[in-house]
Amino acid sequence: MNIATPIKEHSKISVKDLNFYYGKFHALKGINLEIPEKKVTAFIGPSGCGKSTLLRVFNRMFELYPEQRAEGQIVLDGEDLLTSKKDVALLRAKVGMVFQKPTPFPMSIYDNIAFGVKLFENLNATDMEERVEWALRKAALWNEVKDKLSQSGSGLSGGQQQRLCIARGIAIKPEVLLLDEPCSALDPISTAKIEELITELKTDYTVVIVTHNMQQAARCSDYTAYMYLGDLMEFGSTEQMFFKPSRKETEDYITGRFG
Amino acid sequence: MPEKHLSTQFDSELSAVSTRVMELGGLVESQIRNAIYALSQFSAEVANQVTEAESRVNAMEVEIDRELSSIIGRRQPTARDLRLLIAISKTTANLERVGDEAEKIARMVRSIINSGAPRSLPSLELRVASDLASGLLRKALDAFARLDTTAAVAILKEDDLIDKEFDGFVRKLVTYMMEDPRMISPSLDLLFLAKSIERIGDHAKNIAEFIIYVVKGEDVRHTPMEQIESVVK
Repeated sequence: MNIATPIKEHSKISVKDLNFYYGKFHALKGINLEIPEKKVTAFIGPSGCGKSTLLRVFNRMFELYPEQRAEGQIVLDGEDLLTSKKDVALLRAKVGMVFQKPTPFPMSIYDNIAFGVKLFENLNATDMEERVEWALRKAALWNEVKDKLSQSGSGLSGGQQQRLCIARGIAIKPEVLLLDEPCSALDPISTAKIEELITELKTDYTVVIVTHNMQQAARCSDYTAYMYLGDLMEFGSTEQMFFKPSRKETEDYITGRFG
Repeated sequence: MPEKHLSTQFDSELSAVSTRVMELGGLVESQIRNAIYALSQFSAEVANQVTEAESRVNAMEVEIDRELSSIIGRRQPTARDLRLLIAISKTTANLERVGDEAEKIARMVRSIINSGAPRSLPSLELRVASDLASGLLRKALDAFARLDTTAAVAILKEDDLIDKEFDGFVRKLVTYMMEDPRMISPSLDLLFLAKSIERIGDHAKNIAEFIIYVVKGEDVRHTPMEQIESVVK
């Protein structure tokens, strides 16, 4: 079923024969995919196609729910994440995630960033300050919050909160950043800032984004995967996917002929 | 476009702009026919009609471009839709140039008439060539309406024939001119007319190439015929 155009990039994550079940429901069906390193890969597809599920498998978020299980392999830098005996917190430090709705912790802006860092690193006060500033700068938020770092993170606007969550995600220096509909609750200006940020982030990180907004996938990703009913229908360069997809199903979806 | 979009408004916008291109094509075809008629009959009146109608061709081109920008701006088309709109834009530009060639022929007819008694131009060959060229344009527009790539390839091949005809015609004119210097002036008129007709064939060929671009997503301009055929297959 899969049509995956061979991609000549160094692969960061290899997904091999991945099946995923919510109880009896077969949500991902034999997915095979290589996610290129230091590129932005977008997942598009109608609701229920499995794109968010796939994202949640990448950092084993699903393990919080006992009836959910994954079969197959997800190899990150040579190690199968699904069978790894390592602490799942260490995995999530390597594979950060930002959700659809901004989820700032109920603490100050500064502590929102420092909290995660403290779990993994023992930094002195100066180094921690530097790290917080670095993350906020990287997330294009520093100039807006530098004078109110001690104020609560939930006092920020929606777009600022989302950038705060991205800053929090990158502060622990992950290798992969998963973004699940990061802009769906944001206005166009905040969306543009986040998209700008995504483009900058890929110099250091492998970025995977799930989006309902096809134009967003077209604007800020290098590779695009189209999913439908748990199958990976087509995967290729974003340019090819939006200009000349190989499958009719993909073309119908991206041109709005779906359904 | 056989299948419908979720947005019926988008469908009707695409079909409206496609219809307009076909209207423009029809207008341009009649411009060529009239220009050639004016040439064969040395009719200043018909030549004037061609010149007058030229402004309608120009206005339609502007109108189609306006509709296209509006669709692109509001719909952000992708894939096949995007290729169709780009192809319509380019087809429109080519049709407008065909209109220019028709007007050029009309102008030349007037200048031949004004230069004294209309010379008895050996215009039969020109009429054959112009029938070929306007027939080719008609086929290109038909093929565009049906997005028929097989017909498009046939048009590309046929244009090669027109180009060969043109080369042969030029050689013949050169012989005329060498044999009798008095033939130089009328031969030059003929040469310009033939060049205009040959250009019409080229525009038809461009339109045929855009059909392949829409359907196959491959830009086949400046591409050898064998390669084009393998794209279409």
